[in-house]
Amino acid sequence: MARAAGTRNLTMGTRIRLARRRWGIFFQERIEPIFLYGRRNPSLIVGLAMLGALLFFTVIGILVYGQTEPHLAGRAQQSRLDAYVSSGAPVQDKRLPPSWCTWCEDIVEREPDERPSLFQYPMGTDTQSRDLFATNLRGIPLTLGTGLIAGLLSVGIGTVTAFIAAYYRGVPDVLIRLLTDVGISIPGLLILIIIRIQLGTELVWWQLGAGLAAVGWVFSSRTVRSQVLVLREQPYVEIARQSGMSGLAIIFREMMPNLIPYITASFVGSVAGSILASIGLEALGLGDFSSPSLGMTVYWVIQFGAITLGMWWWWLFPLVFIVIIFVSLFLISAGLDEWSNPRLRRQA
Amino acid sequence: MVTRTNARRNPALNSRPNPVVAFVVAFFGNFIVQRFLLFLLTIWVAATVIFMLPRLTGQDPVKEKLLLEAQRGGSVQAGMNEMAKEYSARLGLDLPLHVQYVNYLSDLSRLQFGYSIAYFPRTVNEIIADSIIWSLGLMTVTLSLAFVLGTGAGALLGWSRSPGWLSYAFMPLLTLSAIPQYMLGLVLMFIFAIILNLLPFFGAYSPGNLPEWSLSFVLDMLKHAILPALSILFSAVGFWAIGMRGMMINTQGEDFMVQADAKGLNGARIFVRYAIRNALLPQVTGLAISFGTLLTGAVLVEVLFQYPGLGNTLFYAIRVSDFFQITGIVMTIIISLSLATMVIDLVYPLIDPRVKYSQN
Repeated sequence: MARAAGTRNLTMGTRIRLARRRWGIFFQERIEPIFLYGRRNPSLIVGLAMLGALLFFTVIGILVYGQTEPHLAGRAQQSRLDAYVSSGAPVQDKRLPPSWCTWCEDIVEREPDERPSLFQYPMGTDTQSRDLFATNLRGIPLTLGTGLIAGLLSVGIGTVTAFIAAYYRGVPDVLIRLLTDVGISIPGLLILIIIRIQLGTELVWWQLGAGLAAVGWVFSSRTVRSQVLVLREQPYVEIARQSGMSGLAIIFREMMPNLIPYITASFVGSVAGSILASIGLEALGLGDFSSPSLGMTVYWVIQFGAITLGMWWWWLFPLVFIVIIFVSLFLISAGLDEWSNPRLRRQA
Repeated sequence: MVTRTNARRNPALNSRPNPVVAFVVAFFGNFIVQRFLLFLLTIWVAATVIFMLPRLTGQDPVKEKLLLEAQRGGSVQAGMNEMAKEYSARLGLDLPLHVQYVNYLSDLSRLQFGYSIAYFPRTVNEIIADSIIWSLGLMTVTLSLAFVLGTGAGALLGWSRSPGWLSYAFMPLLTLSAIPQYMLGLVLMFIFAIILNLLPFFGAYSPGNLPEWSLSFVLDMLKHAILPALSILFSAVGFWAIGMRGMMINTQGEDFMVQADAKGLNGARIFVRYAIRNALLPQVTGLAISFGTLLTGAVLVEVLFQYPGLGNTLFYAIRVSDFFQITGIVMTIIISLSLATMVIDLVYPLIDPRVKYSQN
């Protein structure tokens, strides 16, 4: 109150100077250390920047491309984004190379005046005349979303089971440990293939994510459990226990802050693993045929033999996006490793 | 040890332990036995999940397959139910559930996966036997080569006395390891098979060329194997190199390295005998853990290159929804994987004398 009353009488210039100083302190204390740490841990920063750039590209693309267009009014969806993904662009525009690529040879012969304008199809079209730019813009969030759901669920399940195992020990611990040991030696992708075949229906992106978490939680459970076992022997946890702190309070106030790097690293790892498995599943023809996710694009590429047709734009762009996703996730997890395990810090 | 000394001090404990109990405790306390039981448990869990899933969802794989065939062929569906019943009886699907389960497990223990639905008179075992040779050849060569090359590269990358230019190789290796194998396969296929037109891009041998033991066929086979092998190799090499590099950096901080240096041993000796030898151990553990991921990735590479191994067979089984064949292939992969993991776990104490599993 006192400070608020004080500022009311100040002139504008003083206020700005005060705000600047406050911002300066904030910058020095909060922002600068992040940058300084970033210089020490470049892989974390580069990874985050790559992922951020991909998300930025997608969001901007969806905003620009998702504009309703009057000439599409007759179709079910009014933006090129949805209309050109679900039912494809006009049929005569199939198998077009990216329209900015003026030196590219057309697969289908067409008159010079029929050529699309420079930015009509930035990533070309496929054999079904779908606009691949729109397909990729829709596909990146779908693929990332699958990984995110799978990562969140498997880290959630993994952490809870790890705490149950490490806290109660005895029978629950033995059971959970056996389950994780068994689960780790069975490749999740194979079990998912069986599940998917048996369900008979196509899995939507979040269902696929949940399925991936159902087989992928064992990895996070094992990582977190081993850390909890180390932490529960630490003196400060023992002190908290002696001074009568409740079990939940010990878990959240004493252990969690130390576990955050491990949990985050295991989250990033399971997101990457889930995306890898989901693309694999989709490439095997077990994905959602009506969804334009990156993995389904890979499936169509293999199905239609895009490589032998010479339609490089069909597979190159999704490939670049997939590589960006994996490399950035890998860099982030390597950076997190460096953060949580100072032994790995690079020797200067 | 503990019980014996206690028994000497405490007369109440002096009764001789029941030899059966002692044997059971010693038997199940043995690491090798425990590991083998885990192996059996893994396979049992996987087999049970695979057995239960179709029964839980209440689907009839045979009938579905027949309906699918009828739709494709456009034939009338009259008599379909009788036909499905006949097939089910022949495949033993009309028995009570527990009898089916026992039959299934006993078949599995003899590695019998039953008949394929799509190629009915043929058994799944015959189909697997035809394709597993190709997978086994491709995988063993590429995965072991990748392990050796990757570990070597990682050791050099992590060694502080390596030439400076070597560190530039780290980023490309890291990127390669992050790319899924089948994506790498797409790129390699485009470059070498389409643009340069150097190598064939599908199959394991040229069509019209029958498998035989002749020089020309072997060369043809090798030529077809190069691209799938390279796609697996590149990403696996990066994977091993990164792990090894981290371990090398850790090892160089150890006291015995300083000691070796102080003794005046030459660099090569320190590198091989002290650094690599110690850094190698976690790599072997990594081998056991990452086998599954590498193998499933390789399955997809086979699909991409239409290499006639297990992966491609699995792909075609999925396309014609031949449930028994899918189950057989999945179980084959799971069993061989668990077997490999168990062998690595059992060999590990031999490599690392610090790890002893004999007691507790």
